[in-house]
Amino acid sequence: MSEPGTHYLNEGWTLRSWLLTTDHKRIAWMYFATITVFFFIGGLAALLIRLELLTPAGEMVESDTYNKLFSAHGIVMVWFFLVPSIPATMGNFLLPLMLGARDLAFPKLNLLSWYIFTLGGLFTMTAVIAGGVDTGWTFYTPYSTLFSNSAVVLAASGVFVVGFSSILTGLNFIVTTHKMRAPGLTWMRLPLFCWANYATSLIMILATPVLSMALLLIVLERVLGIGIFDPELGGDPLLFQHLFWFYSHPAVYIMILPGMGVVSEIITCFARRPIFGYTGMVISIMAIALFGFIVWGHHMFVAGQSLYAGILFSFFTFLVAVPSAIKTLNWTATLYGGRIRFTAPMIYGLSFLGLFTIGGLTGVILASLAVDIHLHDTYFVTAHFHYIMVGGMVTAYLGGLHFWWPKITGRMYSGPWSIVAALALFIGFNLTFFPQFLLGFLGMPRRYHAYPEEFQLLHVMSSLGAGVLAVGYLLPMVYFGWSLWRGKPAGDNPWDATGLEWQTSSPPPKHNFVDTPTVTTRPYDYV
Amino acid sequence: MSDGATIASHFEDAEQQREAGLMGMWLFLATELLLFAGLFGGFAIYRGLHGDAFAAAARHLDLPLATANTVILLTSGLSMALAERMAHAGAPQLARRWIAVTVALGASFLAIKGYEWHHEYSEGLMPLLGLAFEYDGPDAAQAHLFFDFYFAMTGLHALHMLIGLAALVLLWMLGRPRAGLQPDRYIRQVQITGMYWAFVDVVWVFVFTSLYLLRS
Ligand code: HEM
Ligand SMILES: [Cu+2]
Repeated sequence: MSEPGTHYLNEGWTLRSWLLTTDHKRIAWMYFATITVFFFIGGLAALLIRLELLTPAGEMVESDTYNKLFSAHGIVMVWFFLVPSIPATMGNFLLPLMLGARDLAFPKLNLLSWYIFTLGGLFTMTAVIAGGVDTGWTFYTPYSTLFSNSAVVLAASGVFVVGFSSILTGLNFIVTTHKMRAPGLTWMRLPLFCWANYATSLIMILATPVLSMALLLIVLERVLGIGIFDPELGGDPLLFQHLFWFYSHPAVYIMILPGMGVVSEIITCFARRPIFGYTGMVISIMAIALFGFIVWGHHMFVAGQSLYAGILFSFFTFLVAVPSAIKTLNWTATLYGGRIRFTAPMIYGLSFLGLFTIGGLTGVILASLAVDIHLHDTYFVTAHFHYIMVGGMVTAYLGGLHFWWPKITGRMYSGPWSIVAALALFIGFNLTFFPQFLLGFLGMPRRYHAYPEEFQLLHVMSSLGAGVLAVGYLLPMVYFGWSLWRGKPAGDNPWDATGLEWQTSSPPPKHNFVDTPTVTTRPYDYV
Repeated sequence: MSDGATIASHFEDAEQQREAGLMGMWLFLATELLLFAGLFGGFAIYRGLHGDAFAAAARHLDLPLATANTVILLTSGLSMALAERMAHAGAPQLARRWIAVTVALGASFLAIKGYEWHHEYSEGLMPLLGLAFEYDGPDAAQAHLFFDFYFAMTGLHALHMLIGLAALVLLWMLGRPRAGLQPDRYIRQVQITGMYWAFVDVVWVFVFTSLYLLRS
């Protein structure tokens, strides 16, 4: 078929060969480029927020501008970076490889999903340029429907559109996992990365449409005057919160499960041990996806939801922490007695473990009904979800990039510099977000741009930490770019890892494998 | 491979491709179901909160016309099922004829629906775009809410009908003898479009029940 030396990257150089490609590996790159842009746009907003918060008086920006800054930050980071992050890049690239397939089941749909994603992004960016949105990433009614004077329709439409790209990606992954596995690759031989993406995909197709409906109703209310959330007509604004969180709590698992998948691959490889309790890991992944659907009410403990509903939701939320705890313990047990190699991917993996644990445990604190009355809408909540979404997921995302970069590009990057970047991330992250737990506990509410003087020290620490964190994010851009230019060839399996993706050449040929592989063993056959 | 032309290069065989296509459609319908579920869930809650007002408002809708429409749509479900049968039986031209019947029925449904909307518009029962809402019963505010749901639900359903009709017309054109028809592939396409059409039918049954039939 293909000549020696050709692979998916060098088999065509034209712009057209990229923009019209149906190769999952190239589409992964297109997503990577797009979400990287969004990550830095969201990061810029964060930078401005942290600068403003250096001083107690709100002197740098007006409060309106501040509202628009944190809204832009949240909307871009959640929907345009974190939801697609691992699935659309590494998931896209690796799922067919790990399954021993030549592509995803629906390659054209895959390309379409990227176009939809980009279109949604353009909508939302237009909204930001056309005056911005000030509703926060949650678009709560009736503020978003009746009062806000900002570009709500454009922004909500952008998020609505982008939802279809996650739905298509999820659908594609599920069908591929069911129908395209190589001979011998039974369900219980699937790498945990595949399981994690599978569970994520289920959430994507079942939860996203409910968010779409909620956003659609906001848009219809603003454009047509349909008043479903309008209290004057007898409409219930709380209904919006129910619909929103019915999606968005499961969606927080969209924003962590893929990271758990990545970390499972990294930890086994660099501890040189099979994963501890594979079956338990699989069950936990599926349990998280399932239970994630019945806890959304913990976001409305103080929003007027009935006490009994609150008690139930609190209880279910405690339950959903159990499978996460099982996973954390299993990773730790995998490390136990392993021959650990402290490469950059492994440092990211270990950072994930620590940061996710803190994030998860503080979630349990927030799930306690009485405690939450004090902590709700404070910086404690901000710190909680940043520990999971940034400390967990973004760290796993970078860990995964470092792990599979040699496979994706065929090149190595600088070992020492990558270790520096990984450490900068861990230190910078904790410096940024740990003080926020304290701030929240002391009563600093979230989403304010001025604050009493006694909070300044903690805010300054947080802003300084953000500077260190930025170094941790920018540095990889530099040495990854350098490695594309000058990196030494990586070989097919530089980490000596198991998994089908390591059996093909780096970078892989267009159709992934010269001969369809056959699988005869369980995953993680390390000794 | 004998029928290599109809199999995309990343599939092993035609059976794998067919199963993948069907499963993809099932999953898509699951998504669609949850999209409507958001709206229906909201309606159910409000129906509980404002029962009397909603029932009174429902009596302002045109039940006979909607019943006729229900019959038309269910008949179109039958004609689509027949189209599938014919395609499976290796008679694509007969299948195309039934597809044409389905399109005709679907288009009549939309025409009647359009007439109904126009009727509501002229009665002052369309509280959209700042139009005056001239409802004569009690609880006018909650009735407003009812009509909000009415237009959201029937509008969203009609949008799905339009998409379905476009797919059917496309199917009809793809099946022309001169279009270089590939029998295997055509069966697959008819089957997948048929699933979507059946779904649109079922959603209508729920729309009809919640909006028109709960009137007391
Ligand atoms: C695993 C990934 C998780 C992610 C990505 C995540 C993310 C989030 C986010 C984004 C919020 C704040 C939403 C807002 O108000 O803007 C939040 C709040 C909350 N989380 Fe998590 N969370 C995760 C896990 C958990 C776990 C395991 C628990 C408990 C066992 C938990 C309990 C809560 C509670 C109770 C709140 C509401 C706090 C309040 O608003 O007062 N979370 N989470
Ligand atoms: Cu939640």
